[in-house]
Amino acid sequence: MIGSPDVVAFTKEDDFGELFSDPLSLPEEFSVPLFNHAAHANPWTKTSYAKFSKDFILISEFSEQVGPQPLLTIPSDPKVCGTFDLNYFSLRIMSVDYQASFVGHPPGSNYPKLNFVEDSKVVLGDSKEGAFAYVHHLTLYDLEARGFVRPFCMAYISADERKIMQQFQEMSSQFSKASECLKMGNRKAFANELEKKLKDLEYTRSVLHKEAELQKTNSGCYSTQAIEKANELANVEKSIYEHKDLLRQITSYPSRKRKDMDFVQCEMEKATEISAVDDTLTCNSDNAVKSVETESDNRKSTYTPQFIKAKSAKCFDKRLKTLEELCETNFFHQTLEQLNLVEKSFRGDLSFIYTSQINRALLTKQRVTSFLFEAESDWIDETSKNFKVSSNTPPIPILNLSGELMNLESYTTSVDVDHIKQSGESSEVPAESSTSDITQETSEAADTETKGSFSSEKSIETFGSVSPSNLQSNYFEGLERSKVSTTSSYEDQKVGKMSPHRTSEGSPAEVFGNGHLVPMDSACCIGQDGFIYEEPTPEIAQECCGDTVVNQEPLSLLHGDPVLQMDYILEDSTLLGSPNKGLMFSELNTSVLSEEAARINIEDVSDSTSYMSTSTSSDRAASPFTYGSVLTLRQKKKAGHNALRFIRQYPFAHQAIFCLLSGRTLVILGSDEGTVRKLVNALLIYVPNLGKYGETVQPWLSTPFQLTDLQRWKLIGLQRAFSPAGSSILHSLNRYSRYISILDCDNKTLRCPPYKGILINHMADHRTQIKRGSTYFLHVQSLLTQLTAKAFLYTFCHHIHLPMDMNDQGSVTSRRTNFLLQLGCTVEESKIVQYLSELIKTHCIQGHLKGVNKSFFSFDYTTSYLYKI
Amino acid sequence: MLRWILGAREAQGTVEKSAALFIGEEQPKNCFTEMQVLKGHFDIVRFLVQIDDLRFASAGDDGLVLIWNVETGELLLDLRGHTQQITAMTSYAYVRGGNTHTALITASSDRTLSLWDPDTGHRVQNVSDLQSSVKCLLVLDRLDTWVSGGNELCVWNKDFELQCKTVHHSDTGISAMVELPKNFIAAAMDREIVIFKLNVSGSDIAVMAMRHLTDHQDTIRSLINVNDGLFASGSHIGELILWDSLNWTIQAYEHILWEESAGEGQSEVKLTNQKQIERSIQHMSSDGELLVAAVGSGLYVYNVALKSVVAYRRLAHDSNVLHTMLQEDGHLMSCSADGSVRMWELLDLPLPAEPASSGLFGMFGTFSRSSKQVCPPTKKLPEVSSLRSLELTGDLIGHSGAVQMFVSFKEKGLVTCSTDHLLIVWRDGELQSQLRSLALFHKLEQNQGL
Repeated sequence: MIGSPDVVAFTKEDDFGELFSDPLSLPEEFSVPLFNHAAHANPWTKTSYAKFSKDFILISEFSEQVGPQPLLTIPSDPKVCGTFDLNYFSLRIMSVDYQASFVGHPPGSNYPKLNFVEDSKVVLGDSKEGAFAYVHHLTLYDLEARGFVRPFCMAYISADERKIMQQFQEMSSQFSKASECLKMGNRKAFANELEKKLKDLEYTRSVLHKEAELQKTNSGCYSTQAIEKANELANVEKSIYEHKDLLRQITSYPSRKRKDMDFVQCEMEKATEISAVDDTLTCNSDNAVKSVETESDNRKSTYTPQFIKAKSAKCFDKRLKTLEELCETNFFHQTLEQLNLVEKSFRGDLSFIYTSQINRALLTKQRVTSFLFEAESDWIDETSKNFKVSSNTPPIPILNLSGELMNLESYTTSVDVDHIKQSGESSEVPAESSTSDITQETSEAADTETKGSFSSEKSIETFGSVSPSNLQSNYFEGLERSKVSTTSSYEDQKVGKMSPHRTSEGSPAEVFGNGHLVPMDSACCIGQDGFIYEEPTPEIAQECCGDTVVNQEPLSLLHGDPVLQMDYILEDSTLLGSPNKGLMFSELNTSVLSEEAARINIEDVSDSTSYMSTSTSSDRAASPFTYGSVLTLRQKKKAGHNALRFIRQYPFAHQAIFCLLSGRTLVILGSDEGTVRKLVNALLIYVPNLGKYGETVQPWLSTPFQLTDLQRWKLIGLQRAFSPAGSSILHSLNRYSRYISILDCDNKTLRCPPYKGILINHMADHRTQIKRGSTYFLHVQSLLTQLTAKAFLYTFCHHIHLPMDMNDQGSVTSRRTNFLLQLGCTVEESKIVQYLSELIKTHCIQGHLKGVNKSFFSFDYTTSYLYKI
Repeated sequence: MLRWILGAREAQGTVEKSAALFIGEEQPKNCFTEMQVLKGHFDIVRFLVQIDDLRFASAGDDGLVLIWNVETGELLLDLRGHTQQITAMTSYAYVRGGNTHTALITASSDRTLSLWDPDTGHRVQNVSDLQSSVKCLLVLDRLDTWVSGGNELCVWNKDFELQCKTVHHSDTGISAMVELPKNFIAAAMDREIVIFKLNVSGSDIAVMAMRHLTDHQDTIRSLINVNDGLFASGSHIGELILWDSLNWTIQAYEHILWEESAGEGQSEVKLTNQKQIERSIQHMSSDGELLVAAVGSGLYVYNVALKSVVAYRRLAHDSNVLHTMLQEDGHLMSCSADGSVRMWELLDLPLPAEPASSGLFGMFGTFSRSSKQVCPPTKKLPEVSSLRSLELTGDLIGHSGAVQMFVSFKEKGLVTCSTDHLLIVWRDGELQSQLRSLALFHKLEQNQGL
């Protein structure tokens, strides 16, 4: 019976719930759950009772010879696992494999049938060990194994259950990629193995045949021996038939699988598989997969068939293949790489991961303006789009977090509910589960039990809404519709006809695409440093992919146009030999992500100089920023430090900053390169539309600059030289003085238009209490964000820009001015907003065309004054 | 100016030292607040020709003819074919299939003449192995023919067939031509103006020299049509003669001397040394009523109807003025070898005539040679009252070499070409900003939002 208070509560919720929502508050999906103080006094103590120091990934196998056994951990450092019993945990996680991976002779069929099972994704908890795990089961094929299958699992083990629960989806997708890679390699290996076996069998058959003939001619009658031989021959025949059927099955895998999978990413991978497998097997003469072919060709040519004895060795006698042998080496290493990235991306506290995810999700919604001061976030998608169009290679799967976050909450709640329903005996229900009280029965009973596990497949059965397909479709909601459709249509086309550029198909790198992985140092979450250099921006997401590649390829090569770069690599890859293949493709990935490649060096928080030694992006202590290299957030934060010094040192910092913000080129003139570079570096953070490589900044120029340079650069470090060249430099300065402001760092003077506003006073208060460069950087960012918001408003308010009639220029101008006044802008700030607005407009109109991002150069005629210290 | 940069060193910018006038950085009347630099040429760009509202062609010493979009600054076409510098370029409108097409005729030092289709970039016609290189081109729309002037004058039909030509005149050749009424052509040859008559009989055209006007004392530098009844010529030593278009008589004769004032002291020496160069009339432009002459580094505005000086600036630029343009309501533009474009406004002088200006007028060496036959100076208004001042309203600095010429596309902007191989499009920043807003909203509409 429903009591009256309940009824009231319901009506309230239904009728007024939405009315009371605060329009200014963040959407629910972006709100960070508050830390539950009551449950845990110290948020960092949670991990203390676990026997391992930090999260790790475990790969285990259910060996048919020895049972469950751990194979490897990531990171491989044994310290990570500490005293944690991997064997025991392997047993736990391998014993909950829900896969119905039946292989063998199904009833009604004469031949063994391969089952292409979905991976199962399970969350396991072991409260005694203090370990919680996301467990990803997969099966690999092995001709020598029982039933041709070898069950494996990959587990992400953490002490924080909430982390597993909340990041379930992200983990699932990341692990799926890894699994997909393994399986793809495995299918190839399996097919190869089958082919070999077939050859053996055929050879055996021919030998047996000969022997039988021989016996027949020798004896002339059917001896028992002959009958035995005939039986043996018949067995071999049957075996050949079976193996051929297996080969056919493994070859036809994708077409069978397509029907029951509907999400894009999978299709994408399948498409690549189709071609890869097809090509290996059918030896399609396609140059793109030449490497694969030659590989298999070589093997065929070199492989000498062996006679197979009728009674093969018992399974316990033989050595089982290692994981690396099961999958091709390339794929195996690629998978490990991927898992390393996964491990990195889930490092740290949940709140940190969550916050950075939210941050990224929010940023992706701001593409219109984020190019101004944020590090550009959308270019990865964009390049992959280009990539698709230009080179006709399979699109890199794009994971958009915004969509994911949208349904993250709902997903986790349903997970929780499921959890509870599944395990009646479960005692400890996650603290955040609102429904926990209802089903909780006994608390002590299940102490040593598996704390509660559920399989994603089961949950699919229970909750239709959590099926992978649904997840996936939700998942992609964040993406623009068009993108999804192009991707899928592309796939269709892809499957339909093989395009000439099939270079990267079947490559391990392929599988991973560039999902947003967030490698981070767990140390940074603890906050012992007081500040986190790994600022949650979308770029970080990609850090990973450059991890190993940075060392393989000089970065300078990667700095070119990513698209070009890729074409280059694609062309190259037609002649690649097999061992280099993986490397080439990882480069391919990296060229997309060259930005992150540079950033990878900067991961270390504590050591501020560490990146200099390894960094490809910096060679000078004075200025971490050199022209043409990728500009990283880390560098920007370093710049914050310099900027702080600058504003303390120079009283005319306001004017200088004003120049930069209003789009007037600032020339820093000096004879000492170090000083000039330092100043350029300091002022970097105020330059709107800095570009991903800092294209709009020239830190050191020793030749006279030209008009076109003004068009390109907004901040120039210029050498003062007392030579003929120097005088011509000065002449050019003189000539273009109306377009530029000149900061003379030898004489400590600044010549520029005046600034009287207050905004920049806030931004660059020389008495600021801020001590840290990174803090100051964020302070500036926040003010710049305010400005950006104004510029956004100003740009997109129709009524102030559209003329009432044809000859209405004047009224538009006055409406604009009034609007800016309403926004609370002074004359100078109006200039800034107008400049930003122009940038936004050109950015929107020209789209993401590269190179022509700003072909014109605007200025105004104002008087400059000379400021001195 | 920037002497503080130079520290102890002396400012070596001659621009600064001899600056005739300096407007400063505050230029409220200057609407050109946006520039776009167009790169494409490898040598001096000398010619700009407007093709239509949107396109223009540029040509110069590198033999390239480039076609640009003035709105976007995009290089549309690259017309290659000439092996040497372009000496003349003109647009040529012809009717084909009911539509008017605009083609380009170019002449080059490689003694070829080419007709280009600016839509496709094809070289439609080409005439090579001419006897001399062509220095000027004149299209006669009425006859649907065009005339090339080099050492001889050739008449061509629209199919690039030579109709007739004159005998070899002189090695100096024809430097400029204007079309006169009744199928006459005036051509400037060194110190003479030769009047040619085109006799059209059926499809045949014959050309013959009618008269030689030998009133100029020195080489004629510019020759323009002022209005239906008048054309003007200017010579190297500052002679400006207005001619009657029908009977080729002198209507007015001005000799601009740019004499020095006594008070200027030392600088006089230097300037008088340069007098010969400084008085050369490099360029003239007219709107039918006013005539602007670029005299040395100065500007000279002449009222054709009143036959009187309207305004002048002896030192309008730091170097020779190369091109001028008269705009509506008393605005004019000039560009010069000093690399700048300046914008001027004709302003009425305040009523109490400034002593300085009247004094200046006194030293201004203008005299009307009483015309030989016609037009006695009828309305001789007091000259002082008609004199207006030429005020600098703005300057455009961008080129690092002499600005050879400019073409105005009204609100779409102004295109300048220069010795520094660059073209610059100057635009009204405010207007462009509004246009971009419109474009943005248009795009938003197309994309259904952001």
